[in-house]
Amino acid sequence: MSEIPETASLMPTRRMPGWLRSRMRNVAPFATLIALIGFFWAASDSFASVGNLQNILTQISVTGIMAVGLTFVILCAEIDLSVAGIANATGIVVAFFTTQDASVGIANVPLAGWAAICIALASCFVLGAVNAFGLTRIGIPSFIMTLAMLQIAAGISALLVRGQIAYTVPSLVSTLGSRSLGPVPWIVIVAAIFLLAGHVVLTYTRFGRYVYMTGGNREAAEYSGVNTRAILSAVMIISAVCSGIAGMLGVAYFGSAQQNEFDTYLLDSISAVVVGGTSLFGGQGGIGNTIMGLLVLGVLNNGLDHINIDSFLKILIRGVILLAALVINVYAQRLQLTRST
Amino acid sequence: MPRPLLELSQVSKSFGGVAALRAVDFELEAGEIHGLVGENGAGKSTLMKIIAGVQTDYDGAMLLSGQPVRFLSPRDARVAGIGMVHQELSAVRDLSVAENVFLGAQPLNRLGLVAWAAMRRQAVEHLQRLEIEVDPGARMGTLSLGLQQLVELARVLFSGARIVILDEPTSALSPPEVERLFGLLRRLRDEGRTFVFISHFLDDVLAISNRLTVFRAGAAVATQSCAGTSKRWVIDRMIGAGHEKLEESYLADIALPRCPAAKTVLAVNGLTRPGAFRNVSFEVRAGEVLGIYGFLGSGQLEVAHALFGHPPASHGSIILDGRSVRLSSAPDARRSGIAFIPESRKMMLFGAEPVYKNMTITILDRIDRLWLRPGVECRIASRHVKQFHIRPPRVERPLSTLSGGNQQKVALAKWLTHLPRVLILAEPTRGMDVGAKDDVVTILRSLREQGLAILVVSSEPETVLSLADRILIMRKGAIVREFAEEPISKDRMLEAA
Repeated sequence: MSEIPETASLMPTRRMPGWLRSRMRNVAPFATLIALIGFFWAASDSFASVGNLQNILTQISVTGIMAVGLTFVILCAEIDLSVAGIANATGIVVAFFTTQDASVGIANVPLAGWAAICIALASCFVLGAVNAFGLTRIGIPSFIMTLAMLQIAAGISALLVRGQIAYTVPSLVSTLGSRSLGPVPWIVIVAAIFLLAGHVVLTYTRFGRYVYMTGGNREAAEYSGVNTRAILSAVMIISAVCSGIAGMLGVAYFGSAQQNEFDTYLLDSISAVVVGGTSLFGGQGGIGNTIMGLLVLGVLNNGLDHINIDSFLKILIRGVILLAALVINVYAQRLQLTRST
Repeated sequence: MPRPLLELSQVSKSFGGVAALRAVDFELEAGEIHGLVGENGAGKSTLMKIIAGVQTDYDGAMLLSGQPVRFLSPRDARVAGIGMVHQELSAVRDLSVAENVFLGAQPLNRLGLVAWAAMRRQAVEHLQRLEIEVDPGARMGTLSLGLQQLVELARVLFSGARIVILDEPTSALSPPEVERLFGLLRRLRDEGRTFVFISHFLDDVLAISNRLTVFRAGAAVATQSCAGTSKRWVIDRMIGAGHEKLEESYLADIALPRCPAAKTVLAVNGLTRPGAFRNVSFEVRAGEVLGIYGFLGSGQLEVAHALFGHPPASHGSIILDGRSVRLSSAPDARRSGIAFIPESRKMMLFGAEPVYKNMTITILDRIDRLWLRPGVECRIASRHVKQFHIRPPRVERPLSTLSGGNQQKVALAKWLTHLPRVLILAEPTRGMDVGAKDDVVTILRSLREQGLAILVVSSEPETVLSLADRILIMRKGAIVREFAEEPISKDRMLEAA
């Protein structure tokens, strides 16, 4: 056999210092964010303003609340494709139990605001519990289970509104979804609280540790006596409830409850988690990463509007960014593996 | 003298500043079986990974048949005729034997589809030529580990490998299986194939190899013809002098001690899981180590798993401290006070997580209320790192940066922070060097003194003999003999099994 040319130096593993390799999944999204901000700052006069910062934060809030629950799920090396579906269904449920304007032709059941909210919370909890049951008791892979749930949730939404649009939600929901506390929209505050709570639970509690361990090596977690079924059930329910709350606030934020209004949020929330660097293989990443991912997507979406780009091209660009994030995600995993052999 | 088939000169490799190989020279003659021995972390695996193209980033040169080569992937190495049979087999359990033999090289018909009949026929021929008696249609996962290993070897040979690296090939095999493997290796060697035989079982290495190379602390310290070389000499090179007590031969009689009159902690009655084990009954007393020995696949491993509820037995009763318990899942078993160390490190360790998190996962609910207390965890872990001589002694390091033997010690340590009622160990010393084995023996003896009931399950007679006070022999899923308060030796155990 002839001599193989020296091509190993082309592989970045050679030159990259160890500290950077192990932090690749944290550094890459942060660097992307800085680069995007720099680019839009230079390319547009209207991008860098306090008002626009408020816009960006408001735009990512609904996604942010959904992404909190999804982070738990992805850390366990599972996936939840029903987040947007459950958000839509829960938003419609809360409107269904609220008095609507006479012009709205929905056969709804008006209840007190608190009762409507409780019923909505209970519905997303139940949908999450069904996901959990299918995954941990029947043994349906989460990808398929939540795909079915996506359809079921869409069905519930369709049955309740029957093609109509509802506008009114309980006052608590509409305050949190569409009003501001001083200059800060309530929805941003709620999203921040959810992100903070998610971070605290994942980092500082036993449950959070079990989530990482279950995602890192499920068999080892089982042999360590961790009740992985309970952990997986819990993350599916957390994801559904986060989605439900995002759905209720989203309805208030959009000002209407109707079929299919959350459709783009499935891809957005998964993108946020993955672009942020949380490993698709489980066990690595966290809410910090998700915040980075949310900001990257938020700045990107918002910035593209400021530079008058073809709105159809915008869709393509988002796809390319997601692909790049996936490449980095898988690559970061590999870097860590080479480092640890 | 002809040129060696494979020459490595001045090969060095370090991981994060820690030298794994220091300027190693290594030669492989065509048509020899070359033994490779050394303690865990001495550098054997790293060197073999370089040769097999798994580890691509190193200093030094490699010559194959006199030509300089540098493999950038395992495929490069395979193309050059170098194959490896890993200790933890990489066979695809859900495919048939024939498909495994042809893995990645299925014969195709004119339409570009897999030619199933031809594949099956060729697999039969190939396996027959190697005198491996196995049904090519059988699913790989249903075969014994020994047979899987032979099929894996067949696959590597079939892919055209001239040099085959065997990593711990005998650790999971029963004596007849070892004999069968050795017969095959000798025949293949005489046909001109070359083997590297890595093992902790020095008797096996000396029995099969033409030459052997001893590694110590990243350096090749000696290469010697095996004829006339004693085990004593090899051990001295491996770990230096003064370790005589570590490697006893167990051929002489060992007197099992008098059973203590302590109370029974664990009593098992008529435990059965169809297809795995049947009607297994025994008791383990406080301060006693009960050993269960059997050849691989005799059911002892499955009994151990059943006592941890993973998966549980279908019939029979388990009485713990006088109370009947139902162990239907691992969390149940852990809550009841049963600790279990399974047979493979992969099954219980978290590679990406730091050492301390690996150790405290089993006891989090005892040391924490609502919030985690990493400070406390690190203190507990540090204590164990000292007690178990785990190197490097840094609890924040990711587990995967430790060597195999040290990882094994972490696996043992994780259950011992809060003493369980019963400790079950499956193959506790598999893949360990003599020094690490001795550490395990010491640790288990001290646990026994503290009144723990310990169950050791193994297919290595030395392991059971060095640890147990009382020994049960299992054959084909049933207990066939008990040794207690009497002299016992390795050959008597093998005879009973």
